Amino acid sequence: MSLIEVKGLKKSYGNVHAVRGVDLTIAQGEIFSLLGPNGAGKTTTVEILEGFRTRDSGSVSVLGFDPQSRGHESREWRNRIGIVLQNSADAGDLTVLETIAHFSGYYSNPRNVDEVINAVGLVEKENALIRNLSGGQRRRLDVALGIIGNPELLFLDEPTTGFDPEARRSFWELIRDLRGNGTTIVLTTHYLDEAEALADRVAVINNGVIFEVSTPADLGGRATSAATISWRDGEIIRSEKSDTPTELVAQLSTHFGGEVPELIVSRPSLEDIYLDMIGGTHE
Amino acid sequence: MNKIPSAFSLGIRRGGLEIRQFARQRESVVFTLLFPVILLAIFGSVFKDTIAPNVTFSQYFLAGMIASGLVNTGFQALAITIPLERDFGALKRLRGTPMPASSYFIGKAILIFVSMVFQILLLLGFGILFFGVEMPTDISKWVTFSWLVLLGSACSTALGIAFSIVPKSGRGASAVVSPIVIILQFFSGVFFVFTQLPSWMQQVAAIFPLKWLTQGMRSVFLPDSFASQEVAKSWETSKTAAILVIWLIIGVFFSVRKFKWDRD
Repeated sequence: MSLIEVKGLKKSYGNVHAVRGVDLTIAQGEIFSLLGPNGAGKTTTVEILEGFRTRDSGSVSVLGFDPQSRGHESREWRNRIGIVLQNSADAGDLTVLETIAHFSGYYSNPRNVDEVINAVGLVEKENALIRNLSGGQRRRLDVALGIIGNPELLFLDEPTTGFDPEARRSFWELIRDLRGNGTTIVLTTHYLDEAEALADRVAVINNGVIFEVSTPADLGGRATSAATISWRDGEIIRSEKSDTPTELVAQLSTHFGGEVPELIVSRPSLEDIYLDMIGGTHE
Repeated sequence: MNKIPSAFSLGIRRGGLEIRQFARQRESVVFTLLFPVILLAIFGSVFKDTIAPNVTFSQYFLAGMIASGLVNTGFQALAITIPLERDFGALKRLRGTPMPASSYFIGKAILIFVSMVFQILLLLGFGILFFGVEMPTDISKWVTFSWLVLLGSACSTALGIAFSIVPKSGRGASAVVSPIVIILQFFSGVFFVFTQLPSWMQQVAAIFPLKWLTQGMRSVFLPDSFASQEVAKSWETSKTAAILVIWLIIGVFFSVRKFKWDRD
């Protein structure tokens, strides 16, 4: 069952065509990641799905509802979604616990406040004022406020900016747990390793159109693209591209009589593929 | 499935949260509540004249300070702080939740009303202790006082929320809003006796709520004999109520229709 259906979505700001005909289908229970450089139309697309912006043309259905309609049904709809924005902060004069408990009062079936504080790892900071939190801790509070309503659909915009590696790992666990409970997640991120670790499917958007939608492993023909084999041959490191890497490794193994010195077999990373697609430069 | 909380009950909760947040900003609490008292102390000490039989300038000024307190704590505070909340992204986050706009507005109205009550108590206490201002004994004066505070505070809240769409950013808000309020105070008979102002100033002031609030407060705290000294030779009580209601409707209309949750 698809939770989000977008057809022919267009949006311009004056002469700037930010979104030029986007089609998307996002299924229930998946983690769907939207990748694209700044100014690609990513934020506009997501903000239309979140009901923050209106569209010029095309059709959009999110949980069976048109996000740009207003009125009481829009409250019912917002009751079922959670949003973690890129830049949102509060004045900081409330504690973590007060803020989360207050937001839980907005929803009909909120999650348990202590459970959420625990899930985002803010137990030791629950009585700290928001103004005294570090950047990463504030971000975790943002996530807590996004999930407190027990949403069926969660939007995450650059959720782990400012996280240390350990916090990122535990955040990923949290997101996988949410999916495990049936939550659908739309993730926009600059970190390709994050998309690779979390997403069931990724879409690459550039210049207002979708380039490709696929699993992270298959994106841009990544799974079937040529592998690079490198090894040490005496003083020099040799490297060769091959469509049949196993065969080459077998030959090398015969040549060296067993172990191939410093053998590495690699395929292009998601980042290589992505940069190729958006016309970026390789290092 | 439980039902979504009603807009009104969320409004009450927002009010509690707003008050808690405000109470923790010590500097702004002190400034908001004490500034009018300090002004009263200065003006009351400098101008010791009697402006009519049994009416001192301190009494006249106290009425004006209570009225302009309604504008300062409501209109001015909201038109400056809401753009800041918008800059932080706090408003956009609220927009993404099922909390309706009306709850946010109710919360602000509660905050303004409660801080207004504290400010009035301080001003009255100070006036009684240091300037010998006498409290009216007539119950009907207190009835007038109550609806003036309620209506004035609601009007000031609504106009403050409506005006919050004007400043482009939180940083610039104070520069846009403060001069308007200060000019209105001069024009509306807060710092000077209204009838001594040039008539064009009186006419401009008569468009806006502050003039009517100051006159209404004078009707409460000055003897009835002073009514003959007003421009219209009377307190114009029902006209005051009508003008405040009109401004309240204008404020609510623009708040509901034009409120901006996001910077762009």
